[in-house]
Amino acid sequence: MSPFAALFVRDFRLAIRVGGGALIGVLFFLIVVTLIPFAMGPDLALLARVGPAILWIGALLASLLTLDRLLAIDHEDGSLDLILTARVALELTVAVKGVAHWLTTGLPLVIATPLLGLLLNLEPAATGAVALTLLVGTPALTFIGLIGAAITVALRRGGLLVAVLVLPLTIPVLIFGVAASNAAIVGPVRFGTPFSILCGLALMSIVVGTFAAAAALRHAME
Amino acid sequence: MALIDLANPTRFRALVDGVLPWLGAATVVAFAFGLERSYFAPDDYQQGATVKIMFIHVPAAWLGMMAWGLMSMAALGTLVWRHPLADVAAKTAAPLGAAFTLLCLVTGSLWGRPMWGTYWVWDARLTSELVLFLMYLGVIALWRTIDDPGRAARAVAVLTLVGALDLPIIKFSVDWWNTLHQPASVFRVGGSTIDASLLAPLFIMALAFTLLFFTLHLAAMRNEIMRRRVRTLLMMQADAAGGH
Repeated sequence: MSPFAALFVRDFRLAIRVGGGALIGVLFFLIVVTLIPFAMGPDLALLARVGPAILWIGALLASLLTLDRLLAIDHEDGSLDLILTARVALELTVAVKGVAHWLTTGLPLVIATPLLGLLLNLEPAATGAVALTLLVGTPALTFIGLIGAAITVALRRGGLLVAVLVLPLTIPVLIFGVAASNAAIVGPVRFGTPFSILCGLALMSIVVGTFAAAAALRHAME
Repeated sequence: MALIDLANPTRFRALVDGVLPWLGAATVVAFAFGLERSYFAPDDYQQGATVKIMFIHVPAAWLGMMAWGLMSMAALGTLVWRHPLADVAAKTAAPLGAAFTLLCLVTGSLWGRPMWGTYWVWDARLTSELVLFLMYLGVIALWRTIDDPGRAARAVAVLTLVGALDLPIIKFSVDWWNTLHQPASVFRVGGSTIDASLLAPLFIMALAFTLLFFTLHLAAMRNEIMRRRVRTLLMMQADAAGGH
C-alpha cells in the first residue's frame, strides 16, 4: 500500500470512530442552525430569506472548530513527527490529510444540509443550491483551515488564534457561496456566475492551502 | 553597501543611529510642507472643503498596503534567504501597517458620512480593506503567541505571503465590482483624473507619510534588536543562575 493510501486510511478510520470528528461537526452544525432562529424569532419568511447565510455560517464555524483534529492531535502524540520523516513530498502528505479531513467532516455537513434546510423553511430548490455550493465550498474551507492549522500546530494554547487567522481568508468563499445560493433563489444573477467563481476559489484554495501548509509545517517542525 | 551587509545587527544599528535624525527631520519638513499645501488647496466643486480628508485618507491607505508588501518581501527574506533582520523588519512593520489601515478606515468612514450618507457600506473595497486590517491583527496576535522569535518569524512569514493575495483584490476591487467607493483616480491607465492643484498636495502628503513610516519603522527595528538582546541576556543570566 502506498504511503499516501496508508495515511488516508489511517486518518479516515480515526475520524469516523466514536470520538472522531465526523459526527461532532454535524452536531455542532445542527446546534448553530437551531440557535439562530431562537435569536431571530420564528418568522418563517425571514428565515427562508436568510436561510442560505445561516447554513453557510454554520458550516464555516463547524469546519473551523474541527480543525484541531487535522494536525494538532497528531502533533500531540508525536505521529506528526513520524509522518514528516517519510521520504515523500510533504505537499502531497498534507493534501491527503486535507482530503481525508474533508471526507469525514466537510462532506457530512453537506449531507446534513437538506435536513437543516427543512428547519429553516427553505424551498427545495434553495436547499439544493445551498448544498451544491457547500459541496464546492467545504473543500475550500478545509484547505484554507489547513493553513491555519499548520501555522499553529506547535502552539499549546492556540484556541481562538486559529479562528482569527483563518476566518479573514475564508471571507471570499463565504461571500460567493451565499451569493450563489441567493442567485438560485431570487436572482437576478444566474446561479452559474457566482458558482463558477466559487469553484475557482475552491481550486485555488486547494493549491495555495496545500503549499502554504506544507511550508508552514516544514518551518514549524524544524 | 549590499543588503547582506546590513544583516549584522551592530552595523545596522550604526546605520540607523546615523540616518534616523535626518529622516525624522525630513518627515517634519515634508509634513509641514504637505499640510500647508493641503490647507491652501482649492475646494472641490462638488465636495467643498471635505475633499481635504483625501490628503490623509489616501496616503494612509497606500501606506497600509505598502506595509503588507514590505512584510511580504521580508517574509521571502526569512523563508528563502534566511536574512537575519528580515523577521525584525516584518515584526515591526505589522503594528505600523495596522495603524495606517485603521486610520484609512476611520477617515474614510468620517468622509463617507457627509458624502454618501453612511459611515459604512459593505462594498468590495471597504470590505477587502477591513479584511486587511483583520489580517494585520491576526499577524500581530501570532507574533505574540509564539515564544521563540525565530519560529514565530517563519510561521508569520507563511501567513503574510498567503495574505498578500488581498492586496491586488483591494487595488482592483473598484474595477471588478460595482462599488460605492470612488474608482481608481490616481494610478490608472490613461493617467490621473485628479486636477494638479489637488494631486500635488496628495503626493506631498504621501511622501510625508512614507517618510514617517520609515522613520518609525527604523526606530522600531532598532528597539526590537535591543529587545532581543535583552531577552538573550536574561536567558543567559537565568541559565547561569540555574547552573549553580
